[in-house]
Amino acid sequence: MQTLRSVFTVAHKDLRSELRSKEAINASFSFALVILLIFSFAFDPTAEDTRRIAGGLLWVVFAFAGALILNRSFAREVPNDCLDALIATPIPAYALFLGKAIASFLLLLAVELVCLPIFGIFYNVRWAVQFLPLLLTLALGTWAMTMIGTAFSALTVNIRLRELMLPVLLYPVLMPALIGAIELTTNLLNGEMLSGNNITFLKLLIGFDIIYTALSVALIETVLVG
Amino acid sequence: MREKAIYFMGTLGVLILMRNLYVILLQLGDEMQQGAIYRIFFFHLPAATTACIMFAIALVASAGFLITRKFAFDTAAAAATEVGFVFATMNMVTGSIWARNIWGIWWTWDARLTSMFILWLLYLGYLIMRPAIEEPTQRATLSAVLSIFAFCDVPIVYYSIQWWRTQHPAPVLTTPGAMDPALWPPLLLNMLAMLLIGLTLMMVRLRQERVLREIDSLRRYAHAI
Repeated sequence: MQTLRSVFTVAHKDLRSELRSKEAINASFSFALVILLIFSFAFDPTAEDTRRIAGGLLWVVFAFAGALILNRSFAREVPNDCLDALIATPIPAYALFLGKAIASFLLLLAVELVCLPIFGIFYNVRWAVQFLPLLLTLALGTWAMTMIGTAFSALTVNIRLRELMLPVLLYPVLMPALIGAIELTTNLLNGEMLSGNNITFLKLLIGFDIIYTALSVALIETVLVG
Repeated sequence: MREKAIYFMGTLGVLILMRNLYVILLQLGDEMQQGAIYRIFFFHLPAATTACIMFAIALVASAGFLITRKFAFDTAAAAATEVGFVFATMNMVTGSIWARNIWGIWWTWDARLTSMFILWLLYLGYLIMRPAIEEPTQRATLSAVLSIFAFCDVPIVYYSIQWWRTQHPAPVLTTPGAMDPALWPPLLLNMLAMLLIGLTLMMVRLRQERVLREIDSLRRYAHAI
């Protein structure tokens, strides 16, 4: 109970400071828009092409946007030695980690939910056909990204070339979840039901989320405290 | 003693490899469907097994460091990862050459190839991150954590895609009768030879790291005086 309250407090603090400054969310959202624009020229897609690559396009956008938000997650605590103060607070390291991860999760999900209709308009994709399964996919994929991303954000916060290292480390580890999310999103956008092959991808995503949540929670104390 | 072990293992590995080259190139006949190119298999697969063993050593050493906080484990993890990375590269290059001959393409986004490439990228990230951290304890801790993260990904990638068809052939080692019995001895010996060479390289790297640390501490000592 106490831990839950600490998690909530950290998440609340992160969200409030983000909503006041809006630096990560603005950067992330405009970056997502720019990438959507570039894609439309890179592929010049017909309706048929778009249906085939919709999931891939969306998740590339989300992965880029996510790296921006996740980079800020721990980097924002570096000025004024806030990170040391946070580590010194009498809460377990995993509560700090989960709080930060949940804040990033909500921010990234918000960016994704705004991008989705814009993507639908730009690329003429009907995204609301299987909305609830799609929402589930977004949530699971984003959870995977924020779990590993927040852990790696903590890992890279004190090293040189922080902004570059995070994506280099994050994307390969994230690959299985991205593969599952991309396939699932493409199929759902094409109006398929959540059955058969799609269940396999869903299981892959859920399994990935469980394994990496457990691993991150177990190792975060080592990363933060040493 | 350690020096002798390094020389011994290296020499043994090279001798076995030379004997194998003779058998593979001159004694074994061409394969029925593939012709001469199938011989690359004797390097392709042992490179993969050696790489996997090295990455497993790195995983164990990383966990060892996190538990004991002894720098010897960190050094071992780094050395094993470096050598494993070289063998993984060798596996992908030979595979690519083979694919060009048999499939007519250098690369395909097949499950096995993709998972190997991801593995390669993960350890590339590890090798890029290490020099970016100045402080030795922090470098060792963060590298160890990253190594554990990286290794956990491999089985996921590998198994998640076994449910789909792949262009890469099914495992020949675990399927009885998939391979001519005459090919087994050179294959197993090549695996041994590559492993010996890998371990030799790893021990050379270990010695380098140890000397490096010694020089570093001497330099600090000199500064202190």
